[in-house]
Amino acid sequence: MKNGQFFRPTVSIGLLATVLVALPFVAALGGQAWVRILDFAILYAFLALGLNIVVGLAGLLDLGYIAFYAVGAYTWALLASPHFGLHWPIWAILPLGAGLACFAGVLLGSPTLKLRGDYLAIVTLGFGEIVRIFMNNLNAPINITNGPQGITLIDPVSFGAFKFSGTTQIFGLSLSGPQKYYFLLVALAILVIIVNLRLQNSRIGRAWQAIREDEIAAKAVGINTRNLKLLAFAMGASFGGIAGGIFSAMQGFVSPESFSLIESIMILAMVVLGGMGHIPGVILGAVLLTVLPEVLRYGVGPLQMALFGKMLVDPESLRMLVFGLALVLVMRFKPAGLWPSPERKRELQEAAP
Amino acid sequence: MLEVTGLHVAYGGIQAVRSITFHVNQGETVALIGANGAGKSSTLKAIARVIDAVGGDVHFCGEKISRIAPHDIIRKGIALVPEGRGVFPRLSVLENLEMGAYIRNATVEAKKDLKMVFDYFPRLKEREDQLAGTLSGGEQQMLAIGRALMSRPKMLLLDEPSMGLAPIMVQKIFEVVRAVAADGMTILLIEQNARLALQCSQRGYVMESGEISLHGDSAQLLDDPKVRAAYLGE
Repeated sequence: MKNGQFFRPTVSIGLLATVLVALPFVAALGGQAWVRILDFAILYAFLALGLNIVVGLAGLLDLGYIAFYAVGAYTWALLASPHFGLHWPIWAILPLGAGLACFAGVLLGSPTLKLRGDYLAIVTLGFGEIVRIFMNNLNAPINITNGPQGITLIDPVSFGAFKFSGTTQIFGLSLSGPQKYYFLLVALAILVIIVNLRLQNSRIGRAWQAIREDEIAAKAVGINTRNLKLLAFAMGASFGGIAGGIFSAMQGFVSPESFSLIESIMILAMVVLGGMGHIPGVILGAVLLTVLPEVLRYGVGPLQMALFGKMLVDPESLRMLVFGLALVLVMRFKPAGLWPSPERKRELQEAAP
Repeated sequence: MLEVTGLHVAYGGIQAVRSITFHVNQGETVALIGANGAGKSSTLKAIARVIDAVGGDVHFCGEKISRIAPHDIIRKGIALVPEGRGVFPRLSVLENLEMGAYIRNATVEAKKDLKMVFDYFPRLKEREDQLAGTLSGGEQQMLAIGRALMSRPKMLLLDEPSMGLAPIMVQKIFEVVRAVAADGMTILLIEQNARLALQCSQRGYVMESGEISLHGDSAQLLDDPKVRAAYLGE
């Protein structure tokens, strides 16, 4: 009995690790494009988990989360590209990007955290747009961001001579660029999962949950609500900054277009669809919302050609249609998300008449 | 112990509390009664610093507390049981109680206090792992009081503990309030249910449109013809 209890988690972790290691090689059978999609699924999971700290734990509805991602992405782009002729190493830029995003979070947070719910959502939404428009227009009088054209030829992630772009041979295995990024992203995702897990049951995590549940009561038990909300914002923003840096390096190109409102909404949708505040749910949400549109893109076009002999609906617009429908269905039939935390599920069941 | 002098609360142009002065002695239960909108709750919230007073001072144990941050009130020894209970619905009963001990780091001490709370409210022990949001109104009120006790306060501020509860639950809650008071707790009790509040307090203040219109020993107030007519429905 006791043996079994010990054995089970070990086996499932081993299984999970095997799947995680095998995944990029399996995906590569369908072409490197699929490995790239996989990379983005994990990058979005990382982002969604960062946002989960803000929305899921502290209950602050942030619709401008993408702005912090943008700050991280542009930090990397400006400091590691021919644009300024700078090529700083990763250990300098990534912390700096996280730090700047964190600073942006505090900057946004300090005047706005008196607001709640819808009002906070509107201000953060505005902030997200401000950052994007800034990036779009900071090409005159001094050209900093290169405006709508964006920045190209950004350095890939590299540790010394080991570059994450191009193919390398390790232990007789041939690893492509996207496959290498995959492993880097998995490592980062594990880091953010550990932080999320540790926070959930820590003193800070509990205080965040208390603020989310009832702010007056939280103050009454002695929680400094202002500072703790700022901390949630700052932490979420830092993770956004790190993800942005990796995104920049992985793509080799950034432009303000990548940081539009719809991206913020997508990340929020991943958190809500998957199961707010529940780590496996948030990951599921992120993976589904990244992979499904791609499946549509590759599936719907050929399907229409086969059925009707011509393209009736553009796959790109169909994507938004299916996405909207999926949201409505999930909210109707699984209001707590696809994979809610056991407590949340229990709460909804007990509340039902 | 608690001294309120010239406390003034306004929401925009509307005067909710007009310069009231009262005090609570150590070990005493004092009731602040009055009709809906008389300014009772605003008074309590201003003392707990949940809202800002326009003017006046509040002193607790000789120390001025009317300008400190709301989250520091509990560190001075005043625990608020908010209006409408204010439990954390998606935390379990036990987690709610643990949050009550947020300002203290001594886990062993907190364990002892947990036992004390469960002694006052055996019902909470039975529901330890249940989510607070799924408790009945009365149980939530118990939890809110229990959570306040977990900070080892010198004084409890109770905001309408009978609100929205079945009469039998109200009786149960007030039994515990009496027991807590008998164990030496100082209590300021805000209530619309004037009879109950006066029955379990030593002194009472009657509030009317933001001002204190009457005060005295609770027993006297219970016999006062004006109080009887206006608040006891006789």
